[in-house]
Amino acid sequence: MSTTDTVRPDPAPARPSRAATRSLRGRPALYTSYASELAIFNTGTKKFWVGALVVAVLLLPFALQRDMVALVATVFVFAIGGIGLNLLTGYAGQVSLGQAFFLGVGAYTAAVFGGESSRGVIGLGWDMAIWLPLAGLVPALIALVLAPLAARVRGLYLAILTLGLVFIGEHIFKEADAITGGAGVGRAPAEPIFLGFNLFDRYEVFGYRIDRFTTFYYACFVIFVVMAVLARNLVRSRFGRSFAAVRDRDVAAEVMGVSLLRTKTIAFAISSFYAGIAGALLSIIIGRISPETWNFFLSVEFLAVIFIGGLASISGAIAGAVFVVMLPKLVNNLTGFLPVSSGVGQGGILNVFELQTIIFGLLIVLFLILEPRGLYGLWIRVRNYFKAWPFSY
Amino acid sequence: MVELTIPDEVAVEGVETGRPVLEVDNISLSFGGTTAISDVSFDVRAGELFAIIGPNGAGKTSIFNSISGVYIPQQGSITFAGEDVLGRRPESIARLGVARMFQNIELFDNLTVLDNIMLGRHNHLHYSLLSAFLFAGKAKRAEVANRRIAEEIIDFLDIAAHRSFPVGMLPYGIKKRVELGRALAMQPSLLLLDEPVAGMNVEETEDMARFILDIRSELGISMILVEHDMGLVMDLADRVLVLDFGHRIALGTPAEVQADPAVIKAYLGEELG
Ligand SMILES: Nc1ncnc2c1ncn2[C@@H]1O[C@H](COP(=O)(O)OP(=O)(O)OP(=O)(O)O)[C@@H](O)[C@H]1O
Ligand SMILES: [Mg+2]
Repeated sequence: MSTTDTVRPDPAPARPSRAATRSLRGRPALYTSYASELAIFNTGTKKFWVGALVVAVLLLPFALQRDMVALVATVFVFAIGGIGLNLLTGYAGQVSLGQAFFLGVGAYTAAVFGGESSRGVIGLGWDMAIWLPLAGLVPALIALVLAPLAARVRGLYLAILTLGLVFIGEHIFKEADAITGGAGVGRAPAEPIFLGFNLFDRYEVFGYRIDRFTTFYYACFVIFVVMAVLARNLVRSRFGRSFAAVRDRDVAAEVMGVSLLRTKTIAFAISSFYAGIAGALLSIIIGRISPETWNFFLSVEFLAVIFIGGLASISGAIAGAVFVVMLPKLVNNLTGFLPVSSGVGQGGILNVFELQTIIFGLLIVLFLILEPRGLYGLWIRVRNYFKAWPFSY
Repeated sequence: MVELTIPDEVAVEGVETGRPVLEVDNISLSFGGTTAISDVSFDVRAGELFAIIGPNGAGKTSIFNSISGVYIPQQGSITFAGEDVLGRRPESIARLGVARMFQNIELFDNLTVLDNIMLGRHNHLHYSLLSAFLFAGKAKRAEVANRRIAEEIIDFLDIAAHRSFPVGMLPYGIKKRVELGRALAMQPSLLLLDEPVAGMNVEETEDMARFILDIRSELGISMILVEHDMGLVMDLADRVLVLDFGHRIALGTPAEVQADPAVIKAYLGEELG
């Protein structure tokens, strides 16, 4: 190449390099500075859609029944847990079946610190401002303790190890009566009282009555947005890059100065923090926590969130959460037309839960084969199609 | 490449007078029955371009793996920058200043060219996890400052057109450059190049040779070059180590090595066999 003579290292004072001096008008894909390229919502279109979505979310409770509002709150919670799992599995490449265990630990941590004590079950009744961070920190600490073990195995072995964690966890949850209420009994979750405000109370704002569940729904939304933005920041930092490096080529990552143990430990702890927060909020939406909730199938649902939504993508985890939470509702509505029963042991070929599990399984397999980037990948394809429009192929 | 300067001691001293940055003493490495390295010693001086040659399976890559901590020789010692590195984890050796290009490209396929090079900056970015979550203050400043260095490397290697593509889909020659860029981004004091021009056409080979010469003259980085392209080795190297079946059979200047009967025998033997 004839240009190589001119690209010698430049001894002159740091000349602004190409990206820094770009300023082509009307080309949103080109950025004028590093800082603007590093910003998250860096285009007008993105800002518009995010704004529209926020307004829709805020208005939703006024248009929907309470159980639908709870369902949307569940989407936020699944998105939080899904983002956490995607950091570990999608970004750092460590497939974990242990998400349900950490959700459970989060739920019980919240219940112990933020719940009422009753009939031999511990509950300190502290404020949400204390129990919410603790619901993330305790699972993260447990993950820190387990990490040296988990970081030594990879692939299938890690999946099996974390699966074992779910079974051991379920057993402990059933036995630890003072914390969990025990098998078949369960306990009440944490009280959502934040800085003295009960998020389950009715409030009047500008003459509008805000329904009982609505404030909590807003709280879930805010927590979700904050945690999504934090995760988005993390993945473009040196930590996010080291996650991807370990996932793509672990030996090369080490030779580049990335510590495998440290990186996997950080990913595992952060993922468990997200799971713990999700578990605490989920237990409040459900209304009662039983040890059986935190089982293998819950872990599979979270894997479905990221595999269907899209690995290594924050937006993908959110899309996956919408899908996984809404699908059962859809299946339920279809049961009238299909030979399935609505409960266990009521005849029919399948019950609804079995049908859901089968659909999730099929979708995971289909996405793995056809579009490993999940719903997010499908969206990218659609977007690229319209970017090239009308010159689409 | 203003900020890509090398520690003074290395840059100041010439090749002739330079004290060794790397000392490899009598290392031996075997895998079960096969011996990969057998009692090999050499040193690399500050600013030197040192070459290792030898037939396939001679143990060249194994020596690189031993230096960077991927393999641990059963015997001998390896001293880098005055520290005993044998038995250390690869990431700690990397932090001491050893960078590397791999024989079979080992890039992070799903990351962009820019992110691959930024990963080379990993140990120069010291902000905390908390600051990474907020992406403000120290994290943002460090990212922006290091992006500038990464962009300079991208300009130097003439790969600006590819900067925001995932490396997995790039052509071979470009991948090799990105790998060189990622190693350079570490600001190493020793750079290991494992067959940097293998599989390249004449033009690409010339480009790569020019990059190597530039790195040497402008950055003063010591390098070990493993290469089957004899013309390139004899043109570029200050000294050459010749290996055969894991044994050191010669060490000297290109001229000395080329005249060495043991070397001629090893290479003729290979051609006849
Ligand atoms: N991880 C390993 N396990 C078993 N044997 C190995 C391993 N790595 C290298 N070897 C053996 O050690 C010997 C030296 O291999 P090495 O890769 O160092 O050769 P090389 O000089 O780099 O060859 P080439 O020119 O083909 O790259 C070979 O016999 C090889 O089979
Ligand atoms: Mg080799």
